[in-house]
Amino acid sequence: MKLLIRGGRLVDPSQGLDEVTDVMVEEGEVAAVGGGLPDRGAQVIEASGLVVTPGLIDMHVHLREPGREDKETVESGSRAAAAGGFSSVVCMPNTDPVIDNEATVRFVRGQAQAAAAANVFVAGAISKGLAGKQLSEIGEMVKGGIVAVTDDGRPVMNSQLMRRAFEYARIFDIPVLDHCEDLDLGGGGCMNESSASTRLGLAGHHSIAEEIQAVRDILLSRITGCRAHIMHLSCRGSLQQVRRAKDEGLGVTCEAAPHHFTLCDEDIRDYDTNFKMHPPLRTQDDVEAILEGLADGSIDCIASDHAPHTSLEKDVTFPQAANGIIGLETSLPLAWDRLVASGRISPSRLVELMSVNPSRILKLERGTLRRGAVADVTLIDPQKRQVVDPSRFRSKSRNCPFAGWELQGAAVMTIVAGRVAWALDPPKSG
Amino acid sequence: MSLSCKHLLGIEELTVADIELILNTARSFREIGERPVKKVPTLRGRSVINLFFEASTRTRSSFELAAKRLSADAVNVSASSSSVSKGESLIDTAQTLQSMKPDVIVVRHPDAGASHLLARYCRESRIVNAGDGRHEHPTQALLDAMTILERKPRLDGLHVVIVGDISHSRVARSNALLLRKMEASVTVCGPPTLMPVDFERYGVEVSFDMRSALQDADVVMMLRAQFERQQESFFPSIKEYFDLYGLSKQKMKRAKPDAIIMHPGPLNRGVEIDPEMADGEYSVILEQVTNGLAVRMAVLYLLIGSGEGVGI
Repeated sequence: MKLLIRGGRLVDPSQGLDEVTDVMVEEGEVAAVGGGLPDRGAQVIEASGLVVTPGLIDMHVHLREPGREDKETVESGSRAAAAGGFSSVVCMPNTDPVIDNEATVRFVRGQAQAAAAANVFVAGAISKGLAGKQLSEIGEMVKGGIVAVTDDGRPVMNSQLMRRAFEYARIFDIPVLDHCEDLDLGGGGCMNESSASTRLGLAGHHSIAEEIQAVRDILLSRITGCRAHIMHLSCRGSLQQVRRAKDEGLGVTCEAAPHHFTLCDEDIRDYDTNFKMHPPLRTQDDVEAILEGLADGSIDCIASDHAPHTSLEKDVTFPQAANGIIGLETSLPLAWDRLVASGRISPSRLVELMSVNPSRILKLERGTLRRGAVADVTLIDPQKRQVVDPSRFRSKSRNCPFAGWELQGAAVMTIVAGRVAWALDPPKSG
Repeated sequence: MSLSCKHLLGIEELTVADIELILNTARSFREIGERPVKKVPTLRGRSVINLFFEASTRTRSSFELAAKRLSADAVNVSASSSSVSKGESLIDTAQTLQSMKPDVIVVRHPDAGASHLLARYCRESRIVNAGDGRHEHPTQALLDAMTILERKPRLDGLHVVIVGDISHSRVARSNALLLRKMEASVTVCGPPTLMPVDFERYGVEVSFDMRSALQDADVVMMLRAQFERQQESFFPSIKEYFDLYGLSKQKMKRAKPDAIIMHPGPLNRGVEIDPEMADGEYSVILEQVTNGLAVRMAVLYLLIGSGEGVGI
C-alpha cells in the first residue's frame, strides 16, 4: 500500500523542516520526502492547506484495561487517540490487575495488536501492586516490551525504594516517570490550596506537595544517573526546579497536561467535578508558568493524562469524585488554539512537544518523517474551528470540562505505520 | 419584595437587599414564638424535607419547628436511618425525594457543594443549605446578624472578631461574607494551622493573637474547637488551645464594655470558652437559638410563601 501526501506544509523539527512538500509512504515507511513527487500508483492525499507532522504521541494515558473496561478499553482509547491525531499512546499501569509483570504487559500489548487503532506502548509499575514496597520485575517487563516504569497515581513515597528503582532502571536505559506528590503534605486535598479553595470551602492540596517530590527525583537522578521524567507538572515551583536540573545537565524531563495551561483553580464553578483532577488545577500564575515553560523549552512534552471515568465516579459531590478528565480528543485542539494560533509557539515547537520529544524520551523510534522512518503521520487543519462536544467522542467516557469551547486547529487524518487509522473525511483517491 | 435567588445555597449569592428582606421578615416572625399558640397557617399544604447527612440537634430541630410553625408538613431524613447507609448515592436520594414533590429540601452534608449538586438535580424544589462541609451555613450567619442587630443599632462600622478553627468552619465563611456585605469590620483569629490560605479575600483582617484581636471588639464570635483536630496536630493540647484562643474573662476585658459574646453551639465549655463567659452578661448564645427559628421561618416563607416572596 502506497500513500502520497501531496502539497502539505511538512513540519518536522527532527529534520529541521517546515516547508510545503510531498511525503511518499510505502510499506509502512517513509519512502521519500520532496517537492513534486510522482504518484507512481499511490493513493494521493491532497494536503494543501494542511500541516503534516510526524505522528503525535501522548505519553500519558489511562486505557483502564484490564479491569475497568466500562470506562475505556485499549480499543476505544486507541480510537479516541487516532481521532485526536495521536498515532501513539503510552498507557499507565494502574489497572486491575496492575501492570507489574510480564504477563500483564503482554496481555495489554496483545489487546493492542488485536484491535488498536493506534500504537499502544506500555509503562510498567515501579513497585509490585503499586504498593510502594517492593520493586516489580522490571527486567521481565522490559522483555515484554515496556518503555518506562511508573507508579502513576500511587507515587512511591519511600525515597530509598525510589532510589533503587532509579538505579535498577539504568540496566535497561528506560526512564522513570513520576507522579510527584508527597502524600502526607497533600493531606486529602481535593483541589489546589489557594484563595479558590478557601472560597469553595474545599480541602486544599498545596503545590509544594509536588515540588518537594520533584526535587527528590532530581536529586536521585543526580546520584544515580537515571533519566527522570516528571509527569503532569502543574506549578511554577516544580518548573523552576526542572530548569535548574536541566542547567546542571541532569537527565530530567517533564510534561504538562493541556488542562494545566488552559484552566486554573478559579475556574471551578458550581463544584463541577469535571474540573477535579490530580494534580489539581493550579493558580493563574502557575498557568502562566506552564505557558512560559512550553514556549522556552523547559517543558519537554504535552501529555493529556487521559483519565476516563463513568458518571458513577463523577456524579457525586466534589470531594467524593474521582480525579481526572479525558484528554485524547481535546489535547491537540487545545494546544493548537492556545499555543500556536495565539502565536505563543511555532508549529515546529508544537511538534517537538507532541511527537519528537516523547519519542526521544521513551526511545520509541518515531517522531520523525525522515526517509526510512515508520510512517506515523498526523494531518492537521490549522484553520478548522470546532466546538467541543463530548457526546461525539470515541472515548467511552465523557468526563471533560471543555464542552462548548470553540477551538481552532484539529487533526483531520491519522496514519499509523502507513495505514489511515482515522480520517475526518475518507481520503480522495487520485 | 422577593429574594433574588431560587435557592438559599450560601450568603455568597445573596444581595444586601436579600439579607435585609430575610432579617426584616424574621423579625416579624419572631413574635409568633412568643404566643401561646405558636402556629400560623402561612405554609399550609406545603412540605419540607430535612435531609441531614451529619448529626445535628439544633439546626435540624430548628428547621423542623420553623416549618411546623408555618403549618408546613416537615419530614426528617437522616443519613443513618435512610437508604443512604445502604449505598444509595446523593443524587438517587435527591431524585427519590424529589418525586414526592416537596416544596423545600433542607440539606446538611459533610461535603462542600452538596447543596449545589442537589439544586442541579432537584429542579422543582427549593434547596436550603443547612451546612455543606466547610463551605457555608447561611442561616447561621443570618441568625447571627439578627442577634447582633437586637443589641446594636446597625452592622456597618461594627468590629466583629471571629475566633477559633477558621479553616474547617462554614460558620466563619458565611459570617465573614455576610458581615462584609453589610460593611462591618471583621477580624478572624486562630492558630495559623487552622487558618485557610488567603482568608483576606473576604476583606477581613487575619490575626493569630487573640488578645490584640479583641481590642475594642463590639462582637466576639467563638467557634467550636473540635477535639479530633488535636490528633491531627493542628494544636498540641486542649490546655494550650484554651490558653491561646479560649475566651477567658481576662481576654474579654480587651473588648468594649458593651461587647456581646456569640457561639454557634454546641459549646465545649472549658475548651474554647470559659463557662462563666458562656453564661455571663455578655452572652447572647441562647438568643441566637431563638432567632434561628425565626430566620428559618423567614427563609421558608420567602422561598415558597404564596404571593409576595415567591421569587423566580
